[in-house]
Amino acid sequence: MPAVEETLDTVRDATQGAYKWGFETDIEMEFAPKGLNEDIVRFISAKKNEPSWLLEWRLRAFQAWQGMEEPRWPAVTYPPIDYQDAYYYAAPKEKIGPKSLDEVDPELLKSYAKLGIPLKEQAILAGVEGAGDVPADGGRMPVAVDAVFDSVSVATTYKHRLEKEGIIFCSMSEAVQNHPDLVRKYLGTVVPHTDNFFAALNSAVFTDGSFVYIPKGVRCPMELSTYFRINAKSTGQFERTLIIADEGATVSYLEGCTAPQRDENQLHAAVVELVALDDASIKYSTVQNWYPGDENGKGGIYNFVTKRAACRGKRSKVSWTQVETGSAITWKYPSCILQGEDSVGEFYSVAITNNHQQADTGTKMIHLGKNTRSTIVSKGISAGKGQNTYRGLVRISPKAANARNFTQCDSLLIGDLCGAHTVPYIENRCMTAKTEHEATTSRIAEDQLFYCRQRGLSQEDAVGLIVNGFCREVLKELPMEFAVEAQKLLQISLEGSVG
Amino acid sequence: MLRIENLTAEVEGKPILKGVTLEIPDGEIHAVMGPNGAGKSTLSYALAGREGYEITGGSVLLNGQDLLEMEPEERAASGLFLAFQYPVELPGVGNANFLRTALNAIRRTRGEAEVDAMQFLKLARTRMKELSMPEDMLKRGVNVGFSGGEKKRNEILQMALLQPKIAILDETDSGLDIDALKIVADGVNAMRGPDFSALVITHYQRLLNHIVPDRVHVLADGRIVASGGPELAHRLEAEGYAGVLDEAA
Repeated sequence: MPAVEETLDTVRDATQGAYKWGFETDIEMEFAPKGLNEDIVRFISAKKNEPSWLLEWRLRAFQAWQGMEEPRWPAVTYPPIDYQDAYYYAAPKEKIGPKSLDEVDPELLKSYAKLGIPLKEQAILAGVEGAGDVPADGGRMPVAVDAVFDSVSVATTYKHRLEKEGIIFCSMSEAVQNHPDLVRKYLGTVVPHTDNFFAALNSAVFTDGSFVYIPKGVRCPMELSTYFRINAKSTGQFERTLIIADEGATVSYLEGCTAPQRDENQLHAAVVELVALDDASIKYSTVQNWYPGDENGKGGIYNFVTKRAACRGKRSKVSWTQVETGSAITWKYPSCILQGEDSVGEFYSVAITNNHQQADTGTKMIHLGKNTRSTIVSKGISAGKGQNTYRGLVRISPKAANARNFTQCDSLLIGDLCGAHTVPYIENRCMTAKTEHEATTSRIAEDQLFYCRQRGLSQEDAVGLIVNGFCREVLKELPMEFAVEAQKLLQISLEGSVG
Repeated sequence: MLRIENLTAEVEGKPILKGVTLEIPDGEIHAVMGPNGAGKSTLSYALAGREGYEITGGSVLLNGQDLLEMEPEERAASGLFLAFQYPVELPGVGNANFLRTALNAIRRTRGEAEVDAMQFLKLARTRMKELSMPEDMLKRGVNVGFSGGEKKRNEILQMALLQPKIAILDETDSGLDIDALKIVADGVNAMRGPDFSALVITHYQRLLNHIVPDRVHVLADGRIVASGGPELAHRLEAEGYAGVLDEAA
């Protein structure tokens, strides 16, 4: 069976019914002691055998973080987080590469299976020797996976194929060891270590993440993909991802997230930095379905993420697409700094809040260069007691002649206990620039539901169909495999929200 | 066979249907005519199970099955189809996707194999040709930006694809020009057969020139007050409702 078909099948299996990712893998972990202080930062850096400049950078970030406060401006509420009551480092002990899947910890394989990762990719992920050399079958574009399993990247796939093109796709830890110059040149240049409370925390204690470098003129031959998982109890997940597209390079990156079910809230504070040089193009797609908490608002992930792209080069382009269905709280503003002339930034977003979920998400488009263009399409869906806020900034500097922005914010309400809020900021300091903003708020109408049901669709299928229609402009931006998963997730997330 | 017996229904606490009794044997087409406010649309929504149309008494059996016990989608699966007076727009939902989802939902319930995208496209194209519908209507959002005539033709296309046992056409002729009216009528006539019956609700005789009914019923103030052959429709056209109603009273 071709890998893609197998993936689709497993996705289908995995996405039928309620939250199916509520499992916990029982693998021996190596923990750092609970709490956060300079020693922990040193411990992490030492564990990862890092050069001194990186340790210094982490320590500067930690010092900055100590003087910072959590942002209070998002429209979300949650009890205070005790940052000393969490583990900041946990790594699977297994280190030596197994010879075949039989030797791999079966618990780990079970986790992969539940995630819907095909067997072949499981082998590669688990580090089975030689598994990465198997060519991708089927005529479709293969997907390379870098699985981050509790803070340490277990393995990367299709490495050899990418290496032939000169593409670097590896864990951040490997990149620090093998490509220190590239890491040093770009790390923290888009999101500085002092950027905000959560970014500073991440800079101090990040344990792993993905690193991508696409050399000049290279079009990456496959979608690059990362599965993020939070596994150990009370372990914060601090991913650090850095993607660099050199001049004329093109890459599409997929980020998928699932997490086991838990009662305590778990903190996830990732940082993603993208750099696009002249004529480079980066497409970054996210489907986030972390545990949202139960219907009473107990448990769930706190997702406080800083994602930012620098369109440094002329005619460079960055496109963010996100489908946010999970997490108890989402605080996330994938942004573009449009520095290069004629550079383009795009943000396509679907955010669902059901039960007690809260989302405060949007984007920032900072227009610095001439003829820069940006497009924002945001679809917020609120159900149950969910609160959904679009918060966006379009800033056009005096030098950004002829800059253009188009923003569309649509909200869909299901039921009468939820809320939708739109907070757009537009700061235009340039006479020749143009900005447009459109916003709508609507409900799923009774006549739409009845029409669908009269044609034989169940109530839930009808809601799914209508919601998918509402999100169509965003979903069509997703790569095929993701679009299928996303459509199912939209429906699952809204189960029980009507009637 | 659709058997409606002494059906009473109210909307927002107000009685609208006050005891409708009607029998439509398989293979027959019946027309229900009546003045504004007689309860024609309420009858169609009550049969289809729309929320807000509360059944207060009576029974409805479709081939022996109790329709009133079923959810709207179960009624659809058991073979009841309602062509809407005002077809609803579903923005962003592709017409082809909608039609295939509906078809497969009904096939699933009936224990039949689902059709894949290719099979569906072939089927849809054949039906669309018969209804003189341009193929691009499959690609557009469900009823979004459709003209009045296109919406009604889309209803008939759905009926042709879903192959119901009984179709209720709720003033399908309203807002149609003569050409569109003919296409719609042809669509219904093409369905005629021993396993298909229809309840055609209309104000005017016009549609019944194209879809010749086996029986005509007059609905007034929530009751069937007169029944007859096709000639009853002609009389209504000539004399208006007043004459027929006086006679019934």
